[in-house]
Amino acid sequence: MAQYLISVLSDRPDPTADAMEMAAIDAFNEQMQKDGNWVFGGGLGMPSTATVIDARRGEALLTDGPFVETKEYVAGFWIVQAPNLDAALRLATQGSKSCNRRVELRPIFGAND
Amino acid sequence: MTDVDDAIAHAHHEEWARIVATLAKRFGDLDIAEEMAGEAFAVALERWPVDGVPPNPGAWLTVTANRKAIDRLRREARRREKHQEAMILSDLIESPSIDDDRLRLVFTCCHPALSMEARVALTLRMVGGLSVAEISRAFFVQEDAMGQRITRAKAKIKTAKIPYYVPSREDLPSRVTGVLAVLYLVFNEGYLASDPQKEAVRHDLTAEAIRLTRLVHELMPDDGEVAGLLALMLLTDARRSARVSREGELATLEEQDRRTWDRQLITEGHALIRERLASRASPGRYQLLAAINAVHTDALDISDTDWSQIIALYDQLMFLDPSPVVQLNRAVALAELDGAQVALAEIDDLPLEDYHAFHATRAHLLRRLGRGDEARVSYDRAIALAGNTAEIRYLVRRRNELGDD
Repeated sequence: MAQYLISVLSDRPDPTADAMEMAAIDAFNEQMQKDGNWVFGGGLGMPSTATVIDARRGEALLTDGPFVETKEYVAGFWIVQAPNLDAALRLATQGSKSCNRRVELRPIFGAND
Repeated sequence: MTDVDDAIAHAHHEEWARIVATLAKRFGDLDIAEEMAGEAFAVALERWPVDGVPPNPGAWLTVTANRKAIDRLRREARRREKHQEAMILSDLIESPSIDDDRLRLVFTCCHPALSMEARVALTLRMVGGLSVAEISRAFFVQEDAMGQRITRAKAKIKTAKIPYYVPSREDLPSRVTGVLAVLYLVFNEGYLASDPQKEAVRHDLTAEAIRLTRLVHELMPDDGEVAGLLALMLLTDARRSARVSREGELATLEEQDRRTWDRQLITEGHALIRERLASRASPGRYQLLAAINAVHTDALDISDTDWSQIIALYDQLMFLDPSPVVQLNRAVALAELDGAQVALAEIDDLPLEDYHAFHATRAHLLRRLGRGDEARVSYDRAIALAGNTAEIRYLVRRRNELGDD
């Protein structure tokens, strides 16, 4: 089994899903839990609610906002487990359909085999 | 070249893909597969001059590559080695369905999560056995960039865990489109090789492209484009013997001795096209290209060619693929019906400055119009851009025929 991060990409002013999307996402999550693909997931606050911390040189330096200003941002995520990329792609496809947005699929190191 | 060098070169052409595919299946790692295959050939270079060429080179190389792989895994103390050893000892040389292994390799190398250029590069390297230098040249890319492209693709397959199998029934149709594009490119590289040091027609690559396309056709007998691509390859390959003259010069359709065309391949190609016509399905790109070739191979002599049929087919093709190269090829046919002036007007503005065939076509048309000086300039440009020895010889002769006018 391998683990993948599915990031939900959005360019909407409000990252939250509408009622229909919420229902679809819930159904998708339930299915993943049943099938053993679900590891974790959730929606994220707007980029403006983020804080960047730099503690490389002792005292933490805080910056209000996201690390980079972009038109598109990560609005939510899933961590899934799947045997291979084809299986993960099927999940990501379902995910994109349910939350009605583009998603990015990336393999997570270390949690494999 | 000594006999041993010949044997090794031949073994490389014949066995590379099988060895890589077998190793990839056993060790689940394309890097290991490629490296160990390479090491096996390195050992062959050392041992065969001393011990003689083995009676079954493929088996010898496979066993050697396996041994090297086990040594490597043992050295790196991976968890998998015990399991792999057990597998290896039980099915050493008699690997079942070798063709399926290669098909697996093809689908993996052509996975949609990889960019098209990565798929082509990876397939040519892993299945075709082309060197990075050869692949770079075929696609007008710097060797470093091409090497990186392949490395990145393999890393993605490994890290993202692209599975090493033939896709499921539902995924198959879309996966096949990607594979066909890659195989067509491989065929073209083999048919008119771009490296001036190699023979003009590398039969090993065209044969490989045809063999793999046949496999896909068996797997998907109802897919029109698979059949179309196979027909296209067969009809093109049928003309292989006539393509390069005894003097090592490229022979155009006009000049080819049609008696040397392979009638069996032509018959097979025509049969595939007739099947597709009978299905009444709207023809895709490969089927149209195949049909154009079928019109050519139907003619016993260049003068018998049904040019209006060809132009009609190109018109259909333009609808699907209005690229400059298609326009160029259509213009060549147009010249036969409407004359060189019309054809020249059609192609003058095409953005094909770096394409040798564009300049060769212009040169040919200009020469027909009696514009010798301009023709010579175009021939020179074509010669400078052409990468194929036989083609260069042909162009040089045509240019010299212009004389001192």
